[in-house]
Order: sequence, then C-alpha cells, then structure tokens
Amino acid sequence: MTVALAGAYEIAGQVAIRPEPFGALAYHYGNRRLVFLRRPELVALLRNLGAHDSLAGALEATGIDPSRWPSFVKALASLEESEIVRVRQA
Amino acid sequence: MSAKPETLIDELKRGLDAPICLTWELTYACNLACVHCLSSSGRRDPHELSTDQAKAVIDELLALQVFYVNIGGGEPMIRRDFFELVEYATTNGIGVKFSTNGTYIGPEEAARLTALDYLDIQISLDGVDAATNDRVRGEGSYLIAIRAMDNLRAAGFGPFKISVVVTRDNVDQLDAFKALADSYGAQLRITRLRPSGRGADSWHELHPTAEQQRQIYRWLLAHGEDVLTGDSFFHLNGLGEPLPGLGMCGAGRVVCLIDPLGDVYACPFVIHDEFKAGSVLDGGGFTEVWRESALFRSLREPGSAGACVSCGSYDACQGGCMAAKFFTGLPLDGPDPECVTGHGDAALSGLVGAAPRPMADHSKPSTVVFLARKPAPAR
Amino acid sequence: MDAIKVEETPEVAEIEDELLVEEISIDGMCGVY
Repeated sequence: MTVALAGAYEIAGQVAIRPEPFGALAYHYGNRRLVFLRRPELVALLRNLGAHDSLAGALEATGIDPSRWPSFVKALASLEESEIVRVRQA
Repeated sequence: MSAKPETLIDELKRGLDAPICLTWELTYACNLACVHCLSSSGRRDPHELSTDQAKAVIDELLALQVFYVNIGGGEPMIRRDFFELVEYATTNGIGVKFSTNGTYIGPEEAARLTALDYLDIQISLDGVDAATNDRVRGEGSYLIAIRAMDNLRAAGFGPFKISVVVTRDNVDQLDAFKALADSYGAQLRITRLRPSGRGADSWHELHPTAEQQRQIYRWLLAHGEDVLTGDSFFHLNGLGEPLPGLGMCGAGRVVCLIDPLGDVYACPFVIHDEFKAGSVLDGGGFTEVWRESALFRSLREPGSAGACVSCGSYDACQGGCMAAKFFTGLPLDGPDPECVTGHGDAALSGLVGAAPRPMADHSKPSTVVFLARKPAPAR
Repeated sequence: MDAIKVEETPEVAEIEDELLVEEISIDGMCGVY
C-alpha cells in the first residue's frame, strides 16, 4: 500500500499527538502503537492534512521543500502502516 | 555546518516533559505473599491515597497527556475504588493496563472488565505448573491465575497478557509458557527478576545463572516479535544483536513509579529513599516532581561509564540496571550483577558489608518462605 | 564543511534519507510493570 501525492489523508480518530521539543509523540489508543515524529514540520504537515485535498497540497501549504518530499512520503507510508494516518474517509 | 542529528535514544535519555507511560501502584495490600515481591506488599498502608487524591493524579496525567498507565500494587483489585479509578482513567483518555494475581477476577468482574475500552490485563504467573509457580507465589496461586484466565476467556475479553518473572526454576519452561499464552490467545510477557523488595532475600538463589541468561537471550532472539519483555533484558545486549526495545533504563527519563502513598520513585524496582523524587502531594503535584526534582534531573544528565568505561559491551548494555546494582550492594557506576562478561560476578565477590535494604516493608507475617533448593528434577 | 555554499551538497542525499518517524513499543520501555 503506497501513499500517493494525489491522495487525501487524515490523522486517524483514535490518535493523540503530544508535542515534544523535537517534534511530537503520536499514540494510537486502539492498536497501542507509539510513534515519534522527529521533526516539527512533519507534525505541522499532519495537522494540515485534513484541510487539503491532496498530500501534495498539504506539503506545499506546510512549506516543505520539494527536495524533501520523498522522505515525507516515506514517513506517511510508515504512519499509514501503523494506522496513525489513513486515507481520508469521504 | 549541521551537527550529526541526535538519535531518538539520545533525546529520550535527556528526559521528556512528561512520562510516556508510568507504573502506578494503587495499594500495598495483597492477598498473596510472593517470595520475590518487588514492592514488599501485603499489608495496606494507612496513608494510601484516597479516591479523590487518586483522581487528582489521573487529572494531572491527562493534562500531561500521558497516554498509558500500568496499574499494580500489591493487588490493585483489592481497592474498593478499583473499578471507579480504572473507569475514570479510561473514559477520560488514559489507557490502562493493570497487573493482577487474578484472585478477584470472577465471572462477573470478567464481564465488567470486558465492557471497558482501552483496558489491558496482565495476569502474573511464574510457573507452568502449580509446583513451580506456587513455590514462589504461594499455595493455590497457580489455580487462582488459571481460573482468572478461564473467566476472561469465557467473558470474551480478548487478548490479555501473562507476565512471568524469569527465575532459575522456570527458565526451561519458556516454550511451555508461550504455548500456554497461545492456548488462551494471550500475549506472553517475560520480565527480569530484580533484587527489589522481598526479591532481595532470594535473589542469589532465584536469579538465572550466567548460562541460563544466555538461554533467555537466545530464546528471545527466536521469539522476540511475539513476546514482550518490558525491555527488561537490555543488560543482555552485550551478547550480540540487541533485543527489541529501547535498550536503555527508562527510570526518571521516560517512565517512573507513583506508589500507593503518592510518593514518586524512579521506577517500581527502586522503592527506596535513594531513588525517591518527591510526592504527588507536594505543592506542584506530580508534574513538578517529574519536571523539576533533583533526582530526575540527575538521572537525565549524561551518565558516565564509570568502571565500565573500557568494556566493549558498554554501548550495548549501558551498564545494566540500577535496581539490580543497588540492591546487591554494587556501585551504580559499575557492572550489573548479571553482567554478561562476568564483571558483575567479580564485583560481587569483592563486596564488603551488607547491601542496602528495601524500605517500607509492608509484608505480612505469612509471607511465603523460600524453601531451600530442591533437588534437580529427573528429566 | 566548505566555506562556500554549494547548491547540490552531500546534505541533499542526507535529507532524502532523513528519518522522520521512529516507532517504539509502548511495552518496550524498561522500568514499567
């Protein structure tokens, strides 16, 4: 399951995000998975996901340089696998 | 020029603004009297936190966004407000796992627990048969645990955890424990015996031998993805490929203990003034203790390898466990008593004088008496 | 590092590999029941 730049995503309902000096801690209450988000800009991206129709739009709105998009797509894929992030429900 | 980015572990060692999870012992009362009890439990302490004080702790944990709390004791279900507190936590947004000997999980309680969300249960068991288990946990305790597990299964609770303290007597039962857990659809957790609480008195006879520790390590490498350890075997990481987990002591950095009186300790295995950070009843509550106490600040300073500085295994084992060292009388800046390179054995044999004693002993007079070593069973 | 800033530096390769998420186990922290 790959994450697509054109796809629309959102933070899953049972997830809590707790800010940390270096980024944030994301915890899924349902599956109990715990993920460290190592950069504040990743946290900002996640918070922007819901407001944009595509991941690309959210990345742009968050001000993330396109040279870094591959890393962020990879991060999103990992977050989708742990169910922290999901394809946006219609 | 950018410095090499810190690893996550480096950041965690400096401590977070709130624990990731923590242990909360609700009571020192217990109906059992296990030989190795880390909290020397048995008798209720008259100064236990009240229901309101306990709820105030939960409120603070919510404000700190602690996601998950491990409730224990003593036997937490003995508290009359046990369900009230658990429900208060889970309905307000803190996941709860509680550790229990199972005595109070009858069919009705199993049903009530099944109805709760965000709740895990961990049943303590230290042998796959009554002989092995009851030797450390007391007569009848094996059947009590099995019955609780049967009740949870009948109620449709779903996966619970079985938690085993690994001892010299049950190391050979690891496969059987796994099979037992599988038969209940439960998850097995094995955890290191520390010489804490009553554990101090029997540690030298009960703790796994050096060869058995290798056995544990190899077994975990083979079963690591299915079996939990609470990262309690990181001291064995010097043996080779690191075991799953953070590989570091979390005490005072990402975890801590709140005891039944509201005292805050670095972890449940160091209930001793030396590792007491403060009290939730102090002016600034738990939050101030976590963030500002002298003890926790010092635990968040970079440690020195001390006597381990020239050992190639130090990066992997981090010098092992503070509790194991402290309660065997070893210095904290030296090898763990179970050091895989044998430096711990050398240090132990060089010791003069008695090890520190556990404090605040709540043991009942009827504590299980540890029998002298029984003859090796015929295999 | 060079005093002159160059557009394509080794940092680009570093960035592509940057580790943005790290999962840990809530059960994998020592000092907890």
